[in-house]
This record gives sequence, C-alpha cells and structure tokens, in this order.
Amino acid sequence: MYWQKDQECRPRPELEKLQLERLQRTLGRVATNVPFYRNKFNELKLKPEKMTTLSELQNFPFTTKQDLRDNYPYGLFAVPLRDVVRIHSSSGTTGIATVVGYSRNDIVTWSDMVARILCGAGVTPDDVIQIAFGYGLFTGGFGLHYGAERLGASVIPISSGNTKRQIQIMQDFKTTALVCTPSYALKMADVMMDMGVNPNGLSLRYGLFGAEPWSEAMRAEINERLGIRATDNYGLSEVMGPGVAGECQECKGLHINEDHFLVEVLNPETLTPVAPGEVGELVITTLTKEAFPVIRYRTRDLTRLIPEPCPCGRTFIRMNRVLGRSDDMLIIKGVNVFPTQIESVLFDIEGTEPHYRLIVERENHEDKLTVMVEAVESIFFDEMKKQRALIDSIKKRLASELGVGVEVKLVEERSLERFDGKGARVIDKRQL
Amino acid sequence: MLVEQIAVFLENKSGRLAEITSILADNDINIRALSVADTADFGILRLIVDKVERAKTVLRENGFTVGKTQVIAVEVEDKTGGLANVLQCIKKAGINVEYMYAFVNKTGENAVLIFRFEKMEQAIEHLQKGGFTILSREQICSL
Repeated sequence: MYWQKDQECRPRPELEKLQLERLQRTLGRVATNVPFYRNKFNELKLKPEKMTTLSELQNFPFTTKQDLRDNYPYGLFAVPLRDVVRIHSSSGTTGIATVVGYSRNDIVTWSDMVARILCGAGVTPDDVIQIAFGYGLFTGGFGLHYGAERLGASVIPISSGNTKRQIQIMQDFKTTALVCTPSYALKMADVMMDMGVNPNGLSLRYGLFGAEPWSEAMRAEINERLGIRATDNYGLSEVMGPGVAGECQECKGLHINEDHFLVEVLNPETLTPVAPGEVGELVITTLTKEAFPVIRYRTRDLTRLIPEPCPCGRTFIRMNRVLGRSDDMLIIKGVNVFPTQIESVLFDIEGTEPHYRLIVERENHEDKLTVMVEAVESIFFDEMKKQRALIDSIKKRLASELGVGVEVKLVEERSLERFDGKGARVIDKRQL
Repeated sequence: MLVEQIAVFLENKSGRLAEITSILADNDINIRALSVADTADFGILRLIVDKVERAKTVLRENGFTVGKTQVIAVEVEDKTGGLANVLQCIKKAGINVEYMYAFVNKTGENAVLIFRFEKMEQAIEHLQKGGFTILSREQICSL
C-alpha cells in the first residue's frame, strides 16, 4: 500500500537526479535568505550553483542543535514570518528551546510524508486512529494528526496522558490504530491488566511508534501483549517532525522519504562517512522545506543504512531502527555502551520488558556501571544460592554483550520510575 | 506432606519488614513462622502463613515480588538433640539442606522445623522411614 506510488517507487537514477536539483535549489535559497548559512558558505568559498554531484554536499558545513539555539527564535527561517503558518518548538530540557517554522506548502508536504508512513504501516481511510502523542509545541501530535486526516482516517486527537481514559476511549470508539511512544504502549498494556481489560477484545490492529529508541524485543512484547502489528517511524522536529522515515509491512527497517530528505551516516568522532551498512550518526539535509530548511543537520541519532532493495517495492533506502543517541552513548572504561544493548539482554533473561536504570560512577579513577534491575517474579527465587547465581548470570551475559564488566543490583518491583514519554534511564554521576 | 511457603523480595531499606507485617495484619493473615536471608543489597523473606493465596494477592497488590515454594515441616520434641536427629537422618541419605528455620509451638513441648531440601521427595521418604512426624499445612495452621 502506497500513498504516492510514483514518488515512493521512483527508479534510483531518477531519484538521484531529483535530489541534486532540489539540493542545489535549497542551498541557493539558504545562501540568499539566511545570513547564518550565507556567511558560512562565503567563508568556505562554497558556490551551490556550481555543484554537479550529490557527494559535493560533503564540503558544506554541519548544522547542530547549538546553531539552532544560537539563532533562537527566528534566525534560521528562510521565509518572512508572514509566510509562516505554523511554529513548533522542542522542549528546552537540555538548554534553550529551539524553534522551527512551516509554510503552507511545508504543511502539505509534511502531511503527505506522514500519510506515506501511515499507509506503509497498513493504515487505510477506514481506520480509526488514536493519537496519544502530546499535542502542542511538540511536533508528534500535530504531525501525525495532519497526516492521518490527509489519508482520510478517522482521527481521535486524545493527546498524551490519562491512561485509563485512553483505554476507555479505545474500547468505546473502537480504535484500530494507536500512535504513541513504544514505552507508553507498554504502560497501556500494564494499565489494561490493572483495569481487567483484555486487549484481545479491542479492535486495535496497528501501532505506530516513535519518538524514542526501542528494541526488537520490545516490539515483540508490544505485538504480543496488545495483539497488534507494531511499526517504527522516525522524525525529529529540527528536520520536520514525524514523517522522515517509517517502516513498511516488512518491518525490516524504515524507508527514508529520500525525495525530501538527503541522508548521510557519519562516524560521530571523525565526521567522515562510515562504510555502507555500518553504524554511525545520521545527518539530514532537507530538500524541499521552505520555511525552515536545514543543511547537514547532525541528528545525534545512531543508525545504519540498509542498501539492499526492499520487497515492498519502495526504492527509498531503509535505515535501521535508531540504536541510540551519539550523546546517550556511554563510554565505560573506553568501551562504547548503548542502553539498548542492555535492554535486549535483560529482555532475554526476564522474558518481559525490563525496567532498569543505569548508574555510572567513577571509583578510584575507574568507571563503574551499575545496572539496577527490578526483581520481577520470573527472576526471583526463595533460595539465596539461586538468586545470586541469577545475578551472576546477568552480569556475565551483559559483560559478554558489552565487552565491559558491570555490577547488577536487584531492586523491588515497580520501584523504578515509569515514563510516559522519552525514558531517561541513565544517571551519570561521573564528574569529569 | 508439603507445606506452602511464600517468599518476598526485599530491598535493604528501613521499614520494609514493618510494612509487610502490617499489610498481613490488616488483612487478618497470621504468620506462623518466618526467616530472612540477607545480603548487603537485598533480602529474601520467607513466611509460613495461615492464608497463603490471600497473602500472595495482598502483597502483590502492594507492589511486592512474591514467589511460592514448597517446604517440609517436621515436628520434633523440644529437647536436646531434636534437630540433630533429623539432620543425621538427612545426612545419611546424602541430601543437602538449601535452608531451614524453626519455631516452637504454643505449648512449648514441640519444635517445628521448616526445611527446603535439594531433593524434596527423597527427603520425605527418608524422614518417614526414620519415624519423624511430618506436618501438613492444616496441622501447621492449627498449631
């Protein structure tokens, strides 16, 4: 199922030609309209109109979150405010908030991008879609909302929070597709159990999850507990919001809407391209955005590209699910550790979605990683010998997976905080 | 012949034991015997109670991790050598004790020993052959 079949299945050579045209136009427009880009291009003596291949983009400078903050609020807009019909902003939890704008055309494009993702995930105009992403300055709620309306589905704009009410409405309104973060989907499954609601009695068939990294193990648990088909989708407000990439029914990687976004995967240390298929940081250049184009935006999201063609017929390259953040990456005794690796080991052992917290400390000039794990029934024994053997086996499996030794501490069930949105599972106490 | 015991995971935090015993008291559950095994980080509380299912439910509702295991309760006279005789019998059979604890009944004449053995079935067999009194759950509760 496609939303824009001609565009989504365009032959690669044609696609690349289109990308080059659009890239030249975007670079030209930012050089004319945005002083920040103009000054940088001039410094490096870069002339967008003279570029002849896509690979020449590598000569252009990166844009970072800090650049967006430095130009708060409207410094990077490429159109006058008169032409901006929507403004979104990302939360300022890690510093000053960043602001992005959309022209009327941008909203149409954005809606189409999201409609593509919804179609890819199996949603049709006959579906009733419950959007449990926050509505407001966060792009998640409105992004999915406009896309779902564009597709012609029946939208329930419930927004996030109030889980019991979400479930009540899901029952009463016969919701068939759920949109939220993967961790919230599991929280819903927990609350359903508490409420005595059997997920099999619901009309729910599809789940579109995004906005935080998750694992294949988590997908399996969501599918089983909610009785749905869960797909992953990806986007970030700095680039557009949801709709940058999404999974088709194959569920083997997310197709990137390459006719609107040009992607690179770079080594986060050296900022040079990784070998095809290797993990690196995703860098995105928008190709059609009018109000807020970005050039080589460093997403900090780690992924790998999947160059092999997909059986679904889309010619867009796929990216692996986001494996973590280049800034979430923990360096423990010089070894790169991603929280998602720990999550999948715990899932294997517990057989259920693990609740855990990672504590990083420095003792006697040495890093120490402690994994706090809730002692759920499947890993609890009445015999101390068995309990300790279990802790040792978790330690061993984590050490072999991560390549570095860790401490494991069992804590009481439900004693670790649950999150509605993006989970902050790492507490780094190192003062370096 | 087997008695049901419940086990509760405890973090070493002050007041946890008090909380559990209050929950049980509030639900009219009587504790017949208990023991705590602990390490620096956590402990395992083992309880013999009169209403096993009810105890499990209310503790779970209060967020505790609860497991259920079978143990053997042996009644011996409360005098010198009572425990030693039982352990000699088990030793001869080559069975390991995983853990044990004991309490004295109301009259003070007999002691009740709660055992978790490595091989439960074999242990029962040997204890019965040795002439020891093995208590049922009903007998424990009525003590």
